[in-house]
Amino acid sequence: MKITVYEDKCCGAGSCVMAAPDVFDQRDEDGIVVLLEASPGEDQFEAVREAASICPALAIELSEAT
Amino acid sequence: MSAPASVLVVGASAAGLATAEALRRKGFKGRVQLLGAEPHLPYDRPPLSKQVLSGDWDPERARLRPEAMLSDLDIELALGEAAVGLDAEHRIIKTDRERELGADAIVIATGIRPRAFPGSTGLEGVHLLRTMEDALRLRTELLASRRLVVVGDGVLGAEIAATATGLCGEVTLVGPQAAPMELQLGSDVATSLAELHTERGVDLRPGVGVDGLVETNGRVSGVRLATGEILPADAVVVSIGSVPVTEWLAGSGLRIENGVVCDSQCLAAEGIWAVGDVARWHHVGLGRSLRLENRTNATEQAGAVAANILGEARPYTPVPYFWTDQFDAKIQVYGLPSSNGEAEVVEGDPHPAHIREPRRFVLRYREDGRVSAIVGWNMPKQARLRRAEVADALV
Repeated sequence: MKITVYEDKCCGAGSCVMAAPDVFDQRDEDGIVVLLEASPGEDQFEAVREAASICPALAIELSEAT
Repeated sequence: MSAPASVLVVGASAAGLATAEALRRKGFKGRVQLLGAEPHLPYDRPPLSKQVLSGDWDPERARLRPEAMLSDLDIELALGEAAVGLDAEHRIIKTDRERELGADAIVIATGIRPRAFPGSTGLEGVHLLRTMEDALRLRTELLASRRLVVVGDGVLGAEIAATATGLCGEVTLVGPQAAPMELQLGSDVATSLAELHTERGVDLRPGVGVDGLVETNGRVSGVRLATGEILPADAVVVSIGSVPVTEWLAGSGLRIENGVVCDSQCLAAEGIWAVGDVARWHHVGLGRSLRLENRTNATEQAGAVAANILGEARPYTPVPYFWTDQFDAKIQVYGLPSSNGEAEVVEGDPHPAHIREPRRFVLRYREDGRVSAIVGWNMPKQARLRRAEVADALV
């Protein structure tokens, strides 16, 4: 799994951090998404899918090509 | 309850699509039909009053999902087709193409439509904003206009006024509240928003009603206030609230009271659910029924409805949350600010001593000793970290 985040779309809701706190964070100064781990381990897949799906600004893209 | 073999989602905007996605994410393998009244692939609405109206984004950028991702969902998507009736007992809907569609579970996600100003229908230069077409039409008009009057000081009106300052010369925002978005932000933060709008050149007319629109040769030429004053206008945006799209449910037997009335699990009748702007459900934590017109609720409630369709039977008890971006302010609101609550600045400073210092703060509202809301102004992360204070008060 590879994660791409679009900072210009991010609205700072932080939904991703609540869904997958080991993979996403927010910048202190403006709340924009920080990707902690672009290729997370399998144990994070479900949480990351949830995060991408609930992002209200559609700022997280996953590629899961096998 | 056993899981259904098929689900029909009526409404293909944020809440409807998110329901279909959540069903698949949770492993549902049955048939999923998604019916959308608009002809477009599902698109997102928050950018309409901001990035699309300003011209920063092409319309395609506002799509909810890329086409490849939609086809991976393996859903039957019917666009440009609206539901016109529901047989609740047999779970069959009728469409405006005279088709009958049925499923074991039906999800109502038909959203809201903006309320029009009485007598303004068909008057040139008067705009409502709900769809992509509305946004593009308004953009074209504003680029050719000198004076815009926005009637209505809620979230949408305030966002449009902010965006419009970059498109046309003079922008006036009229509304009944003491400050824009007072209902959604509480009076303390709304006062800061009023200051920001004024600094950026919006002419605010707070605390005043609108009597009517002035017409010249079939086109709007002004807005008549309750005081008798007339504000000249080349274009007018009406943003005075919305009504749930429920006319098509007349005669269905479902309870309609400013939305589709649901129980705590978002169930409206056996096998019939409602989600998003159209749904009024019983929030157990707040102890009352609630209908939320915001983007984050659409997705969050969709997840809850999908889980409940699959048999989870869990009450939906979210911390209400929305955000708005106006000028350089990113405002986050957790909970429901109340007009008679006490406000306390818990981080930052709403009135920095030096003009070069940015305005940043988090404010906490309390009511009856409980935290009713946390509002962040250019402090999204710090506000979110206090979300638990609202969540704890809901238990």
